[in-house]
Amino acid sequence: MRWFHAGRFAAMVGKEFVQMRRDRLTFAMMIGIPLIQLILFGYAINSDPRHLPTAVLSADNSRYSRAVTTSMQTSTFFNITVHAESRAEARQLLREGRVQFCLTIPENFGRDLVRGQRPVLLLEADATDPTATGNAAAAFPEIVRRALARELTGPHAGLNQGESPVDIRIHNDFNPEAETQYNIVPGLMGVILTLTLVMITSLAITRESERGTMEHLLSTPIRPLEVMLGKIIPYILVGYIQMTLIIAAARFLFDVPMHGSVLLTFALSIIFIGANLSVGVTISTMARNQLQAVQMSIFFFLPSLLLSGFMFPFRGMPEWAQAVGSILPLTHYLRLIRGILLKGNGLAESLHAVWPILLFWLVVVALGLKRYRRTLD
Amino acid sequence: MPAETVIQVRGLTKSFNGKVVVNGLDMEIGRGEIYGFLGPNGSGKTTSIRMLCGLLRPDSGSGTCLGHDILTQSDRIKPHVGYMTQRFSLYEDLTVRENLEFTARVFSLDRPAHVVAECIERMGLGQFDGHLAGTLSGGWKQRLSLGVSTLHSPRLLLLDEPTAGVDPGARRDFWDQVHQLAAQGITALISTHYMDEAERCHRLAYIAYGDLLASGTADELVSDSGLTTWSVTSDDHDEHGADLHDLAARLKSLEGVDQVVHFGNTLHVSTRDQKILENSTGALRTAPYRWTRIETSLEEVFIDLMNGAGRGRT
Repeated sequence: MRWFHAGRFAAMVGKEFVQMRRDRLTFAMMIGIPLIQLILFGYAINSDPRHLPTAVLSADNSRYSRAVTTSMQTSTFFNITVHAESRAEARQLLREGRVQFCLTIPENFGRDLVRGQRPVLLLEADATDPTATGNAAAAFPEIVRRALARELTGPHAGLNQGESPVDIRIHNDFNPEAETQYNIVPGLMGVILTLTLVMITSLAITRESERGTMEHLLSTPIRPLEVMLGKIIPYILVGYIQMTLIIAAARFLFDVPMHGSVLLTFALSIIFIGANLSVGVTISTMARNQLQAVQMSIFFFLPSLLLSGFMFPFRGMPEWAQAVGSILPLTHYLRLIRGILLKGNGLAESLHAVWPILLFWLVVVALGLKRYRRTLD
Repeated sequence: MPAETVIQVRGLTKSFNGKVVVNGLDMEIGRGEIYGFLGPNGSGKTTSIRMLCGLLRPDSGSGTCLGHDILTQSDRIKPHVGYMTQRFSLYEDLTVRENLEFTARVFSLDRPAHVVAECIERMGLGQFDGHLAGTLSGGWKQRLSLGVSTLHSPRLLLLDEPTAGVDPGARRDFWDQVHQLAAQGITALISTHYMDEAERCHRLAYIAYGDLLASGTADELVSDSGLTTWSVTSDDHDEHGADLHDLAARLKSLEGVDQVVHFGNTLHVSTRDQKILENSTGALRTAPYRWTRIETSLEEVFIDLMNGAGRGRT
């Protein structure tokens, strides 16, 4: 093939491995950064998000159940986005992270309520990110009490006295103790991969230009795709070493429960690692020197850190920030990784987070190939 | 016109930020020729070489290199060109052997290990085989670079100041290698600042401030220059050369004297107009000074060309 030759590509990969092995300091940094960050970042940051998407699974259409849902909406903590048809659908929504809460209103809720039988009102929270759900969950009983107090008048007014007329149950799913570390540590994996991989590869082509070796490389028949992929492959391995370190630390240092398949985590992470490495290589086709490359890496890293839902709950951010965040691979990777490790998601439930990263990857590679200079102009 | 043309370019022009670096370069080089490319620093030699092998795109002009269009077919040119950059451009953090192996594989050579072993043998690099390229001395780096640029048996060598900063012995070895390759039909375009190297080339081109000022064999360049040169010595010459120093200062101010250069205990005086010089220097042509006509050297020719180009610009 004209634009890709396996032999040339293999030569490039081999060279990169040898150079990586010789550059001890950089190699140590790639292993050291994850460990240091893990220990420094391991503890939480807080916020008070509102308008959290909520699904309602209602088998009752009394004015009492309507009062409850209306009050939830007006409280601004909840935003009822879906009316689920079945128990299975509700669970699916929670697992995929499309909703943060699911409210289940049982059959004959209104009838049982006025009879004083204390029907059960179940609020399930996706507590993988406890800082996101904590406040809303805490406010829920009061919201229900006030809503019903307005409705229960006349002969039913007596129900407002004493014990609450409904039995409110809140389930913190996926993270029953609401441990913030459970959420932070898997997220940290995405953050560390973003930081180190983008920065390391952003230096890749810039270094060749700065040392003058680009002139030799360009005078050979090697093609842009071979150079770019050749620069990426060795660092995929580095990414996996980092992942192994972090997952081991999460398990044994922070006791993060692993509900899903670690194997699936490793398998799907390839697209995230690849996407970040491509960002680095693309940066290095634009930067004029290594300092610029590092600066541009940080320029990419900061929004990833702040807008991905790692630092602040994603749903607590203004809409424009959510829109920017939705472009970034880290945002989707956080959902993917938390979904697998904390919720025990399988492949099917993870796919919705895979496509955006894949798309991002393709766009970045295309951009990099377009920017790669075949001449010294 | 050479039997088989390897490089043929017309009107190659390249500017950087509005400054013309190469201005309408015409060049024709035949198979097996060693073509010397001379000119002052910043005259556009490197830029010209880079345009020939597709590393830079000319702003205008056209031409072929090994029968392929330099503007559109650089992918077909590259596999047959050995380019040795002015600055060492191999990987300093790879060993001698690794650099050679990488190049062999990037050029998709058959039996790369064999080719590399042969190259190490031919270049005498055996003792440095496992050394990092960055730790080699200048002469050995240059030798390695030549090895890398000839590894894939190119038909054309583009060598950009290959011997800058290399000792005379290593330079002589280097030129022996180049002549051996030329005898096998490989064409070489070599830029240099050394006059002794210029004399080893079959043909020469002199470029200054982007313009090609002269080209031809060394003899042609000397006879075309129209320069006449004398060697002047003084009988009163003391060991500090004070007398010749005074003479040089006086000669420089005289009409018709184009160049006065110290060569140890003699002065070389060159002129483009013998008559005017003989008239103006009449008084100085007596004892203790002795004037002897000598052959004009390439250096005088090039200095003259450079001064001429400088005058033309201002």
